[in-house]
Amino acid sequence: MQRTYEIMFIVRPDIAEEDVDKLISGFENSLSTAGGTLKSVDKMGKRRLAYLVRKFSEGQYVLLTVQATGKAIHELERRMRVSEPVIKFITVRTDQEQKRIAKVKALRATKVRRVPEQPAAVTEGAVQAENPATA
Amino acid sequence: MADENITLKDAPSDTAAPVARVTGGGYQRRDGARAGSAPGSGAAGSRGEPRKFFRRKKVCKFCVEKIDVINYKDTRLLQQFVAERGKIVPRRLTGVCTPHQKRLTNAIKQARNIALLPFAARF
Repeated sequence: MQRTYEIMFIVRPDIAEEDVDKLISGFENSLSTAGGTLKSVDKMGKRRLAYLVRKFSEGQYVLLTVQATGKAIHELERRMRVSEPVIKFITVRTDQEQKRIAKVKALRATKVRRVPEQPAAVTEGAVQAENPATA
Repeated sequence: MADENITLKDAPSDTAAPVARVTGGGYQRRDGARAGSAPGSGAAGSRGEPRKFFRRKKVCKFCVEKIDVINYKDTRLLQQFVAERGKIVPRRLTGVCTPHQKRLTNAIKQARNIALLPFAARF
C-alpha cells in the first residue's frame, strides 16, 4: 500500500549545491529500489535555524514529497541518519490528512450549491413587490 | 479557667461576624469597580444574583477563515499562536476551538523539531 509522505531535512550550510543534488539523487535511488516514487523535490534554500543544531546556526532546507511503503521510508530514514551532511530530518505522513481535507471540501461544495437558490427567490419576491408599488 | 476559655471563644466569634460582613461588602464594591465594563467572570457577584459570564466572544480564527490545513511549514501562521518565549499559547487566550488547537499544537511541535520554531526562545 503506497502511502504519501513529506520528508523535510536540513543539510549543512557549508555543502555545495551539486553535493546536495547528489545527495537527493542518492536518496531517490534507494527509494526506487525499495519500490517508491519521488513526487517532488523542493529546495527551500538557506535558512536561519531557530536553535543551534550540531553547532550550525544556518542550514539548507530540502523538502521531498514521496509515495512509498513504510519499509522504503524506514530505509531512507536510516540512510539520512547515517549520512554526514544531513543534520536533521522529519517525516510526516500526509495521505490521511489529504483524505480528510478532500472530504471537508466535498462537503463544503454540496453546501455551497444550496445557498445560491435562496437569494434568487428573494430577489424575485422583491421585484414583484416593487412593481405594484410603482404601478 | 474553663469558663474563661469559653468566653474567649465566644468573643472573637461575635466580633468576627460583623467584620466579615463589612469586608465582604467592601470586596464586592471593589470587584464591581474593577470589572468595569462587564460583570466579568469573577466570583459570585453578590449573594443571590446569578453569575454572568460576559467575556467578549472570542472566535476561532481557523473556523472563521475556513483554514483547513495547519502546516508545520508556514511559520508566520504558527508564530501568531506562540508566545515570546516560544511557549504555545493556551486556547482560552486565543479563542481557538479544540480540534484546531490540537492540530495547531501538533504543527508547532513538528516545526520545533525541524528547527523552524524554537523550543525556548529569549534566554
